[in-house]
Amino acid sequence: MLQKRYGSGDTAVDALKRIDMQVDPGEVIGLIGPSGSGKSTLLKCLGAVIEPTAGRMTLGGQVIYDNGWKVNDLRALRRDRIGFIFQAPYLIPFLDVTDNVALLPMLAGQSNSEARAKARDLLKALDVDHRARAMPSHLSGGEQQRVAIARGLVNRPPVILADEPTAPLDSERALAVIRILNDMADKFETAIIVVTHDEKIIPTFKRIYHIRDGVTHEEAGEGRGFR
Amino acid sequence: MISLAGRDIMHAWGKFVFTGLGLGLLIGVTLSMAGIYRGMVDDARALLDNSGADLWVVQKDTLGPYAEPSSIYDDVWRSIRGIQGVIRTANVTYLTMQVRQGERDVRAMITGITAGDPGTPGWPPYLIAGRHITRSHYEAVVDIATGFRIGDRFQIRRNHYTVVGLTRRMVSSSGDPIIFIPLKDARDAQFLKDNDAILQQHRRTTETLAFKPAGVLDAVLASQNANSYVNALLVQVEPGYRIEETAETIRRWKRLTVHTRTQMEEILVGKLIATSAKQIGMFLVILSIVSSAIVAFIIYTLTLGKIREIAVLKLIGTRNRTIAGMIMQQAIALGSIGFVVGKISATLLMAPIFPKYVLLEPLDSIRGFIVVIVICVLSSIFAIRAALKVDPAEAIGG
Repeated sequence: MLQKRYGSGDTAVDALKRIDMQVDPGEVIGLIGPSGSGKSTLLKCLGAVIEPTAGRMTLGGQVIYDNGWKVNDLRALRRDRIGFIFQAPYLIPFLDVTDNVALLPMLAGQSNSEARAKARDLLKALDVDHRARAMPSHLSGGEQQRVAIARGLVNRPPVILADEPTAPLDSERALAVIRILNDMADKFETAIIVVTHDEKIIPTFKRIYHIRDGVTHEEAGEGRGFR
Repeated sequence: MISLAGRDIMHAWGKFVFTGLGLGLLIGVTLSMAGIYRGMVDDARALLDNSGADLWVVQKDTLGPYAEPSSIYDDVWRSIRGIQGVIRTANVTYLTMQVRQGERDVRAMITGITAGDPGTPGWPPYLIAGRHITRSHYEAVVDIATGFRIGDRFQIRRNHYTVVGLTRRMVSSSGDPIIFIPLKDARDAQFLKDNDAILQQHRRTTETLAFKPAGVLDAVLASQNANSYVNALLVQVEPGYRIEETAETIRRWKRLTVHTRTQMEEILVGKLIATSAKQIGMFLVILSIVSSAIVAFIIYTLTLGKIREIAVLKLIGTRNRTIAGMIMQQAIALGSIGFVVGKISATLLMAPIFPKYVLLEPLDSIRGFIVVIVICVLSSIFAIRAALKVDPAEAIGG
């Protein structure tokens, strides 16, 4: 049970009261809930960006939080073991598509050529390799989001946290992104948690966690996925 | 690892180049200000070098002849010439005035030189055209900065002079070009009264009863019209003799003040141009502060424009030192662009058109570059602080 409390005493707010969830490798689950329900707080805790108040988190069998962080370098944890996909792609505007993706392996200490080769492979898998030398500002919204997905996947993290990845896209493109996420989860055995409000994509999840007032409720999804 | 700073600069090169241009002009002004100070010091040294003297004998307890008025008898040289070690002496008179040529006038330092030959103290050490003064009146050798040419005629008080020779880098400590004329002409220009004043003085003297005895009046009138003073005596000391010892001998026996070359340089640099140097120093400090503020503001603004990207970089695991390095490298790049533009503009645009001599020394440029880089590094601290405060959580909505 993961908990997160902001403030203390009379002004304390329990943003996360009872979070209990599990995602298996290769699984894509939905995390849905109304505004203010605690979705973003949960994502930040899962992403090792903010520290929970209490509880336990494991990642690939390793305990990373147990009433306190159990890893020394959270930055390295985020870089090597957690992938992020944001609501907007947030690509680095002064790096071309390849280097946007290759940046993470480079930060992890891989050589430029090695990192770029990895990036090119992923861009090819996501069918955006023809824009490998383009700058982000020259890409369409869908292309940008595919590059962002490639960046999230490039270090082969066991888990990817996707924060409303389809919000800026139309139905067709939104479903295409979910299809890609499912494919990538399958291919790389990556667990993907998709935070969303998007009614179009909710039916695609096999499993959904509803979060209300800081409490998760698991339910089966329609699973009209792509497998 | 790729250079994030380099990529950002290449991506927004126009912004960097134009900012660098603006900063460069400011740095150019700063370098020019330093060059003006160096020019003033060089002018002062040139004045001393060109005088060809080892010692300046001046009125007792004065800092003459350049920093203070000085007046000594014109026959002092006879007794000093006899001191052991002295090989040459020459009287000299200086006065700064407007020299007229037709409708225009030029500010110049008139130097009255003793008749002699090239190498005589006070004489221009070299000419670039024409010849030295050979007549005892109304010939002049001028610095080319006066704008005069060989054969030109100009006016000093009531007398007209013909330019017979041109020289270069003969300037006063304030940068005015020097005009060399015969000593007697210079003394006349310095002390000679106008006709009305002479008439008035003659009338008053004639009416003074004390001068009535035969012969006295004529003697008094003659003494009033004669001028037996010069500003200084320039002395050359024979090689092998200690200059300071010769100076001490003159001080002890002749009751005059003697300045050596080192003392004279201290007087000129430390006293005569000290106020100007302080003003320039203040300008340099102000310009440095303004440059720092501009660099800090620009780098801070550029960084604030990338807050979201910095949050993303931090979220995906970029180290703080990588982000700090990116900002600092950009600041250094901006400073380097600014310095190159500043150096070029100071050398090619500002120095040639500046009315004073601007001496841009390579060592000053190196110092300037180091200062610019230090300023840029310090200025980037604000932006780095702002970047390091960015919460990676800002990349996640909510």
